[in-house]
Amino acid sequence: MGFYADLEQMNRFLEKLREDSRVFAPKCFHGEGRFSDTDCIRYGEISCMEEVVLDQKSQYSFKEILNPVSQTLFFFTEDQVKEPEIPAKGAVIFMRSCDIHSLKRLDDMYLKNGPADYYYSRLRENLKIILIGCSQSFENCFCVSMGTNRSEGYQLSIDRTEDGGYRMDCRDESWEKLLEELGCRREQAEPSYVTENTVKVHIPAELDQTVAGSGMWTEYDSRCINCGRCNFVCPTCTCFTMQDLFYSENGKVGERRRVWASCMVDGFTDVAGGGSYRQKNGQRMRFKVLHKVLDYKQRNGYQMCVGCGRCDDICPEYISFSGCINKLENAMKEVAENDEK
Amino acid sequence: MDMNTKKLKKNAFRVTKERGLTASRVRVPGGHLEAKYLSRLQEIAERYGNGTIHITNRQGFEIPGIPFEKVPEVNRLLQELIDGLEINQETEGEGYPASGTRNIIACIGNRVCPYGCYDTTGFAKRIEKAVFPNDLHFKIALTGCPNDCAKVRMHDFGIMGMTLPQFHPERCVSCGACVKSCARKSVEALKTVNYRPQRNEEKCIGCGECVLSCPNGAWTRSEKKYYRLTLLGRTGKKNPRLGQDFIKWADEESIIKIILNTYDYVEQYIDRTAPGGKEHIGYIVDRTGFEEFKRWALKDVELPEIAEVYSPVYWGGVKY
Repeated sequence: MGFYADLEQMNRFLEKLREDSRVFAPKCFHGEGRFSDTDCIRYGEISCMEEVVLDQKSQYSFKEILNPVSQTLFFFTEDQVKEPEIPAKGAVIFMRSCDIHSLKRLDDMYLKNGPADYYYSRLRENLKIILIGCSQSFENCFCVSMGTNRSEGYQLSIDRTEDGGYRMDCRDESWEKLLEELGCRREQAEPSYVTENTVKVHIPAELDQTVAGSGMWTEYDSRCINCGRCNFVCPTCTCFTMQDLFYSENGKVGERRRVWASCMVDGFTDVAGGGSYRQKNGQRMRFKVLHKVLDYKQRNGYQMCVGCGRCDDICPEYISFSGCINKLENAMKEVAENDEK
Repeated sequence: MDMNTKKLKKNAFRVTKERGLTASRVRVPGGHLEAKYLSRLQEIAERYGNGTIHITNRQGFEIPGIPFEKVPEVNRLLQELIDGLEINQETEGEGYPASGTRNIIACIGNRVCPYGCYDTTGFAKRIEKAVFPNDLHFKIALTGCPNDCAKVRMHDFGIMGMTLPQFHPERCVSCGACVKSCARKSVEALKTVNYRPQRNEEKCIGCGECVLSCPNGAWTRSEKKYYRLTLLGRTGKKNPRLGQDFIKWADEESIIKIILNTYDYVEQYIDRTAPGGKEHIGYIVDRTGFEEFKRWALKDVELPEIAEVYSPVYWGGVKY
């Protein structure tokens, strides 16, 4: 059902939600950009609409709320183990359409890929979604190519109106009641979405593992600096590693935590006995790209990448992931020709 | 030909090798200016000078080949720059009121450079507003970070940008980028303890390499901007030497106050018989001793809590 809310009504709505939920949205962390006097737009808990950044893409995705960067799984002493408390409140997250699509990928990896992940489920339960309508495409977005530009999976959609209010499509009964109680007037509403991006990608239908033999990957040996930013901002990257650490004063007490890992960063492939694989950055790029647009699909039947373009936005070396995808077609031809020779 | 060379020099014109010809010296505080002023300089050079312009060591311009009698006309044309660059002036239309305190140099700073820890030109202009015009021979330079591209240690006052790194453990992915970067590009102030970086506060020079290298925003810059203030570097004939550390983690206000205090100190102790009334501050400090200088310099200065004042300070350099 469609509604219109002015800023004050919207803030009262958020206040209500905050009674039993934590509300997360892209917000501006002033002065926290890499360079001096620059800001960082990333997810954080908000208390009013003024804090929500709607006119820019967040540099980091929402995934850090459901899949924290560093998460303590349990604390241990010599003979006891204790888990951290379960969050008492549910979560409401403001997301764009591409991010809602990436949530499906996170769910498939954490909930359906074998037994459900206990820690992810705890945060995933009681999650409600507010869709941020996209009235325009941002730089590097290629959601239309990936088919993620529209989404149905939300409880509420919001779009800014010209008079500074919000047009909303509500699909949640309790929220509908709440909006009515707040006196929001009914209005026809459908979330806005983009139908075209400047960046378009084409993933060749015949793409297969042989493309790994192309010469296209060597370019990234020198261009890429293996910092891992592309993985950390990606809403579909979920790799983590384990850390057991002992509190220094007492070497028998400590905690186990899981921490994000990146297939671009040194150490990702280290194995017992001193082995380490994909030493070259081009090989890491190949692994990442083919995981996003090939292996995952072979396993799950749909593409992993959602086309948010955050990897391109953040790369300090201006390496374009979408640009790389668009080289795959020629790379397949190159490999086929090499085979004929 | 009758020309008061003292007045000429004070007006930022040079006595040159060629009799009757002078050169106009244009100061550009902070070394950054709107491109439109270049056409004004071109006009002066082509109409009154010999059609060339020298880019000076102190980020100004020198327009040579101007006949003495054209000085008033050149000054009138310079007015647009003096206004545009917000140079303090005593009488409109009469050019620069002094030349002793030299143009304040700045690297490009954080307006462009990723390493820059602050707006160097902005700070240079604030200092210019506070100190100019003054006949005393002061050289001030600003650089955005401890790379010191502006070579501020060659100046009486060197200002180097610093940031106090803030660590957010909840965002750390233990990738080690900051530790590597600090070791390879800076002073090895970080080490890994329990999978996370630990910062050696004494060693850290506030360059911001950790912030730049962190892929996940686990290191951010401090809200407040800090500076290293170096003292009394100089080139020249008797005893060229590098400026030495005076204060680490200083703030903007204190630096301006210290510079102004130093003008008072120099007024008090300068050798009045020095040729042209010019004496490098360093030679004065050599005479009075560093402690006396420090007493004057830090008068009514309220430094941030984390500021470290180096004392005593010794200078080396080449002695002839």
